[in-house]
Amino acid sequence: MKIVLEHLTKRFPNRNKKIKGDVIAVNDFNFTIPDGKLIGLLGPSGCGKSTALNLICGLEKPSEGKIIFGDTDVTELAPEKRGVGLVFQNYALYPHLTVYENIKFPLENLRGDKKLSKEEMDAKVKEAAKLVQIEELMDRRPNEMSGGQQQRVAIARALVKRPQVLLLDEPLSNLDARLRLQTREELKRIQLETGITTVFVTHDQEEAMSISDLIVVMKEGVLQQMGKPQDIYDDPDNLFVASFLGTPQINVFNGRIRNEKVLIGDAVVLDVKGAKDGEVFVAVRPEGFILDEDGPFECGYENREIMGRDTSLIVTHPDFTGEKIRGIIPSDAEVKISDGKVRFSLKRGKVHVFDGNTKERIRL
Amino acid sequence: MKKNLTAWLCLLPAILFLGIFMVYPLFDVFVYSFEEGYNFASQSFWGTGLYNYSYVLHDPFFIQALKNTFIIVIITVPLSTGIALLISLELSRIKVLRDFFQTVYFLPYVTNTLAVGLVFMILFKKTAYSDGLISILIQFFGGPSVDFIDGPYAAKMFVMCFYTIWIVMPFKILILTSALASVNEMYYKAAIVDDTPKWRIFYKITLPMISPMVFYLVITGFIGAFKAYSDEVALFGTDLNAAGMNTIVGYVYDMLYGNSGGYPSYASAAALILFAIVFTITTINLMVSRKTVYYQ
Repeated sequence: MKIVLEHLTKRFPNRNKKIKGDVIAVNDFNFTIPDGKLIGLLGPSGCGKSTALNLICGLEKPSEGKIIFGDTDVTELAPEKRGVGLVFQNYALYPHLTVYENIKFPLENLRGDKKLSKEEMDAKVKEAAKLVQIEELMDRRPNEMSGGQQQRVAIARALVKRPQVLLLDEPLSNLDARLRLQTREELKRIQLETGITTVFVTHDQEEAMSISDLIVVMKEGVLQQMGKPQDIYDDPDNLFVASFLGTPQINVFNGRIRNEKVLIGDAVVLDVKGAKDGEVFVAVRPEGFILDEDGPFECGYENREIMGRDTSLIVTHPDFTGEKIRGIIPSDAEVKISDGKVRFSLKRGKVHVFDGNTKERIRL
Repeated sequence: MKKNLTAWLCLLPAILFLGIFMVYPLFDVFVYSFEEGYNFASQSFWGTGLYNYSYVLHDPFFIQALKNTFIIVIITVPLSTGIALLISLELSRIKVLRDFFQTVYFLPYVTNTLAVGLVFMILFKKTAYSDGLISILIQFFGGPSVDFIDGPYAAKMFVMCFYTIWIVMPFKILILTSALASVNEMYYKAAIVDDTPKWRIFYKITLPMISPMVFYLVITGFIGAFKAYSDEVALFGTDLNAAGMNTIVGYVYDMLYGNSGGYPSYASAAALILFAIVFTITTINLMVSRKTVYYQ
């Protein structure tokens, strides 16, 4: 089921009465979620991504705008009429019911001609349990299971009614690092197997990048960029998106454009045709640093961290805006240090230039 | 060993006081109840046996007290818990004036018993000057004049139960509203998304989640109602036997100090019968709760 959001806006009244005006949690969202895809809503905490999810689900009513499922306008529809499955951050499994009863719960609510017989329910519960591989846990209570198992039960409960849309709110945030890796692959598998349009919310860019078909990056209620993970990573629209995606983080320098050349300090790092002079931010991906004795970009050498396959080189530069510059180089590379300095040339596709005021991308 | 000594020393005052004022009297009551023909003045008795129990169980006043107590328990415990639950549910639902209503419902808890008694007198008692507010109301709608305090048994029992329910309600509402508030909102959200009907949310989610508190209220409610006495005195005066509104605890008191007082053996036997009843009911409660109450 395709989901279309049109001018979707959600305002909350401000709690602090001294400040006039509302808090805008979701600001004029316009995008289409294609059918059968896995979408990651990504943003720092408090950016309104959970509100966006609640709007799609129907637990919150939008202040303005429309939500369309397929061809139906569901904006005014109550959540239970929308045919969505929702997995909560804390799973919200009913603690007094067993796994079996938890999964069966939504089925027992079906009324009228949708009402199921006991056998049909049993079959559906077992099918859902099999999908998330928890068949042997049916008699357990939620507090007798690990976080990962509870997560699976929550997904099974959301899927048992075969919703047209599956929504997950921070599905992996309560799991430990190992389980998170495992579960996110699981999530991808379940989504592929069922083909249900799935939207999940996360603040972890790695999580979003690794399993999403499409990522929607948000900041302070405003949509920043939407696209395939790799596209957004390679081609960010603004400095926020560039900084938010990628580990280690992108390295941002104060720079300027003079005579169609990008300068950091006095070093000319790139040629740009047709760009206007002005102050800019130059952002370099860690993998954009190439060791080059004759390279234009000189940094102070500080440290190297060996991480097996790669080596992370920590260097300093007076125009750097953050704390540590990290460049990733192959671990067998020889680092030539002279006078405590090391020189680089920069890989063209890994350097992005942003306007010094608007922080919008200057396409080169 | 030294650690143990400190512990025991700390416990000693409590053990001493509980021993002297609780355990020894309990033991004494047990002994009294089997001593036949005990005489207060001479501290002597004829023999031992079950005569005291037999006497109490054949005493029409005791039977009346037993009947009254059971009626009060059976009517007031479920009704007060049920109404309190209903009020708490509605309280947790409204936003406007919630604090106001919470205060109103809590007022009986902090109101002086004498003041409450006075209000009930005005409402129900028939005097030379007035028929009582409720009676006047009944007459207004064409009913007969009813004397709730000195009149027919059913009328008296009605006032009694009404009073008891009203007086125990604030505490139950207090406990239940906080229990309801402690149920995590997300369970309701999950249920709403799954299209759960309202009654089913209550029956399948809310009630199990607050069941430990409901169970606590039922148990303490039963025990409290079985021990009813002071409320009866507040409404019908000290001569409860004459009013036909005595309770088991009232009977025990009367046997000890009342007009017919001076019979500690009968009082002890009645007290032990009450203990047996409360014990049985509580055990049944516990057994039922094992299947129905969910502890997190």
